[in-house]
Amino acid sequence: MIEYRSIGKTFADGTEAVGDFSLQLPSRTTTVFVGSSGCGKTTLLRMVNRMVDPSHGQVLIDDVDVATRNKVELRRSIGYVMQEAGLLPHRKVIDNVALMMRLKGASKKEARDRAHEVLETVGLDSSLANRYPAQLSGGQQQRVGVARGLVTDPNILLMDEPFGAVDPIVRDELQQELLRLQRELDKTIVFVTHDIDEAFLLGDQVVILKKGGEIAQVGSPADILAKPANDFVSSFIGLDKGRRTLHVEERNGTRIVVDESGKATGVLAE
Amino acid sequence: MSVLNDTVDWLGDSANWSGDDGIPHRLAQHLDYTALTVVIAAAIAIPIGLWVGHTGRLRGLAVISTGALRALPTLGVLAYASLFSGIGIKPAIFTLVLLAIPPLLAGAYAGLESVNRQTIDAARAIGMTEWQILRKVEVPLALPLIIGGFRSATLQVVATATVAAYIPGPGGLGRYLIDGLAVSDYARIVGGSVVVIALALVLDGLFVILQRVALGSRPSRTPTVA
Ligand SMILES: Nc1ncnc2c1ncn2[C@@H]1O[C@H](COP(=O)(O)OP(=O)(O)OP(=O)(O)O)[C@@H](O)[C@H]1O
Ligand SMILES: [Mg+2]
Repeated sequence: MIEYRSIGKTFADGTEAVGDFSLQLPSRTTTVFVGSSGCGKTTLLRMVNRMVDPSHGQVLIDDVDVATRNKVELRRSIGYVMQEAGLLPHRKVIDNVALMMRLKGASKKEARDRAHEVLETVGLDSSLANRYPAQLSGGQQQRVGVARGLVTDPNILLMDEPFGAVDPIVRDELQQELLRLQRELDKTIVFVTHDIDEAFLLGDQVVILKKGGEIAQVGSPADILAKPANDFVSSFIGLDKGRRTLHVEERNGTRIVVDESGKATGVLAE
Repeated sequence: MSVLNDTVDWLGDSANWSGDDGIPHRLAQHLDYTALTVVIAAAIAIPIGLWVGHTGRLRGLAVISTGALRALPTLGVLAYASLFSGIGIKPAIFTLVLLAIPPLLAGAYAGLESVNRQTIDAARAIGMTEWQILRKVEVPLALPLIIGGFRSATLQVVATATVAAYIPGPGGLGRYLIDGLAVSDYARIVGGSVVVIALALVLDGLFVILQRVALGSRPSRTPTVA
């Protein structure tokens, strides 16, 4: 379990990114931080692997304060996937993935074998393993990023808008892939996005954030949709625009689902 | 025209290709000074440049001192240095080292600065130590610019090492220029210069090859050396 205890972060230039934040993230579930740009999502995420040290409060992993742990060791024990994948441009795909294993002391052969295995797991064709990142499409690079995050089989996976830079179709594919992986792997995932649909799709627990890392609402997607805590949440999840208030209408003899404005959004499964 | 003919004759004269004042020996000396200078300068400039580039600290100081060193008048420094260390090769090497430091320093810190911040951040986030980031990420990615620094330093030293001959003692290819000047032997002056230029071109070519090799087979989007 990951726990934020009354955490805050003010950067050296005086920017208060997070005021006072407390939350528990249950093990083996996906928690999604969602909110608009600059609300402190990345800052919160990076406090887990000590890429950002809090100004006050603690982050605990299984009841151990991360501040007591060696930074490098801690980071090696946590998977990290970021926007634009963050791959090393001078290393081949396979070496980018194997590097994590090497950092953990695996032999060259062991590292490569495992890297091939996990590239397959994320659905990347093995013919791409010997390419350089710049020779891959954005979606393929993201898969490599996910593979790198998973290769050492960490318990915790931090994902910072990992699918933000790919087109909607590829994003959809990657999201489904992540859901499938999560069913198999059962990681504790902390996922950051500003896309509420992505948050509802992937999150077991969704945290809607306001400026300064202030929690507007925490809950399962169903809870939040059923009982939005306030107007901010209603508007953020699109309830106020009627996008999510759906009803069934009969048109030309078929029953279809329409939103408040009457726009057709689907059919009813019988 | 006659200087040109004389020069060709001078270069073709087998007497100029043997002995202590022969071209091979002078060339070897010249390369010797160049190598010694670049090695000493690199030992000073590269660690400092890498440190400045990696930490981003004292960058202003590095820029200013690079500029200041570049502005030093070579002959003045040489004269001044020889007051302290007497004649021989030492003052010349000292002067040349001062000349070689700026391009090496600039190549190192500018090279590291050219590396994408996000790449470095990612390397740190996956658990590389600062030393690993420097060795396995920053230096490999900055290598074309670092080699570029060696390239300019070497070329400047090759050209300027001729001044070593101002001071009595061993002198490299500069001997032809200085001694030729003393007796108005223009064939020797131009001939010596031609050898210096040829040497510079050959070295430059080698560095171009080295820069290519440093890129390896990866697709290149690395900026070229200014
Ligand atoms: N290193 C830093 N120094 C100063 N201010 C920072 C730093 N990093 C972030 N901030 C500021 O802290 C606030 C929160 O930043 P953060 O990156 O956590 O936002 P975010 O929610 O991830 O936004 P986005 O969706 O745009 O990625 C912003 O106002 C940002 O400008
Ligand atoms: Mg962010």
